[in-house]
Parts: sequence; C-alpha cells; structure tokens
Amino acid sequence: MSDVTLIDIKEEILSENRELAQQLRSDLRRRGVFLVNLMSSPGSGKTSLILRSLEHLRKVYRTAVVEGDVDSAVDAERVAREGFLAVQIKTGGSCHLSAAMVERGLDALPLESLELVFLENIGNLICPAGSDTGAHLSVAVLSVPEGDDKPLKYPLIFRISDAFVVNKTDVRDHFDFDMDTFRARVRSLNPDAPVFEVSCKTGDGIGAWCDWLRERVDRGQ
Amino acid sequence: MHELPVTRSILGIVLRHAEANNVERVVAIHLQIGALSDLEAEWLQTYFDHLSRGTVAEGATLRVRRSPLTFRCADCSHDFAVTREELGTAQCPLCGSGDASIRSGTGYTVDSMEVQ
Repeated sequence: MSDVTLIDIKEEILSENRELAQQLRSDLRRRGVFLVNLMSSPGSGKTSLILRSLEHLRKVYRTAVVEGDVDSAVDAERVAREGFLAVQIKTGGSCHLSAAMVERGLDALPLESLELVFLENIGNLICPAGSDTGAHLSVAVLSVPEGDDKPLKYPLIFRISDAFVVNKTDVRDHFDFDMDTFRARVRSLNPDAPVFEVSCKTGDGIGAWCDWLRERVDRGQ
Repeated sequence: MHELPVTRSILGIVLRHAEANNVERVVAIHLQIGALSDLEAEWLQTYFDHLSRGTVAEGATLRVRRSPLTFRCADCSHDFAVTREELGTAQCPLCGSGDASIRSGTGYTVDSMEVQ
C-alpha cells in the first residue's frame, strides 16, 4: 500500500461567493441600483413588507422585486398582481440565495431603468445569514407571533443585519412578545442597528421604516 | 442546514487540488468550520459520500475541526475569543469596550487533504 501524503489547501469555501457578491455590489452601485436583501422566518411578512414599502416608495424610485423561493412562484405572482415588476428565482432545494443566483435574477430585470430592488431571501433565519447576496443593505424581518427570543436562538443573523423590522404589531395584545426585551437582546448583539415596529396589515409604522430606507438609498449605502 | 451546497464546494476544491497533484485517491479531508456556523459534520459526510461517488475522493473521511469565534475590538483592535453564549455580552478583555465585530468563526475552510 502506498504512503499517505498531506496536501495543504487552505481554501475558504465561501470565498468565491463573497468575491462575486462584492463585485455585484459595486456593479450595481455604478449603475445606480440599490439592492435591499430581506431575510426572515417563513411567514413573518417579507412579501407583505415589500408590497407595503413599494406602495410608499413607487412615486420616489423606479422599483422591482427579486423573489427567492425553493420551488414556487407564489410570491412573485402576488407582487406582480399588485402591479409591480417581479422576477422569481427558484433555488431548486437550496436554502439561501447565493450571489450567483441573485445575479441571474437581476439579469432578468431592466436594470438601466431601475433605482431600488428588493430581494426576498429564502425563509429561514440560519442559512441566508451565512451567504453574502451582493445587497447594499440586509434587513431581518421578525414578527410578534414568533416571540422575542429569536436573538438568543439565531445570533448570527442578528449580528450581520443592518436593521430589523418587527411586523404584526397589530396582534401584540394576543402574544407574550415583549418589545423592550426584544430591543435589549438586539442591542446586545448589534448596538447600532435600528428596530422598526410595523403592521403590514394596518400600515402602522411603515412610514418611519420607509423614511429611514429612503435616507439609506439616497446615501447609496 | 446548507450542507448540500457547502459539500458541493468542498468536493470541487478537493478535486481541483487532486487533479493538479495527480492524486489517485483521497483518504481524508481536513476541514475547519467556524463555531458560529450551523453545519452538522454528520450531514456533510453523508452528502459527501453521495456526491463523491465515482471520483478520486470516493470513500474519503471528512475530519472537522471547529475554529473558535473571535471578535475584533472596534476601539483598540484587539482580537479575542468569544463563546456562543457570550455573544451578546462580550467585552474586550484589554480595554473593556463592548463594541466589537466578528473577526472569524463564521466561515468554512478546506485546510488540507491526505492522499495516496
């Protein structure tokens, strides 16, 4: 039997994705397109938040949506039904959007006539946090029924997000979600990130979130 | 949860190095996985066994080492290790600042491979 030898490799597995994401980010910036990555559990209201935000911002920016899903076009159809431009990426089993998938989705859009694109990531709080999409801004969407303990269970997504939106505040009386506790937990992981309380059902809080978003889009970061 | 795409990347890196070095058989692959990543070593091996069939890496064992989670202090640039439980309360041991960003412990690296 031949001897075993050791070959040194030292290659980072995600480095290819990170490089592509950085390239995508600077390409988009050069073309004047701002990309916002929305991450959350399934059912927190990413699509609803996108629709509410588009209603608010459609007069300000030329917008579109890239919808990520494992194997359905339900969300893109819903966004399109409301009269907004949307493309669907099907990941075919993958649990998060990689920069390469995002690039393919963006290729299907008329980027030269767009200024703001929302990217809806796959619904889970683990995998999307580990993969750079090329977006300029990453926002985690939470919701009142999920409970205020999510920062304790999924610390990575709370470290890497730029802002947090807590949706479904209209039902807060029916749940034990404690907003002060949640804010303190977020602050301990990510002191500078703002937390927006919204209800996509009533429209409550959407204005404040969109004002902040506009400021970021106009600054380009 | 994303063991499948990660395993695909691992196999791609391994096969590229195997070809460059005229390797006939890969016996083991040494991986470093960050303490903050949620990859399950057992699933990696299962996916790897499936994906590597018919390649020089078929039958190779994945040996996983968890690399520590480290923070870099925003005030004094000191790097320090943090446990998962300390994530929300970590303070720089040198200057006491609570303002720090993740320096390492979220990524995955193919360190080396044992070949014949």
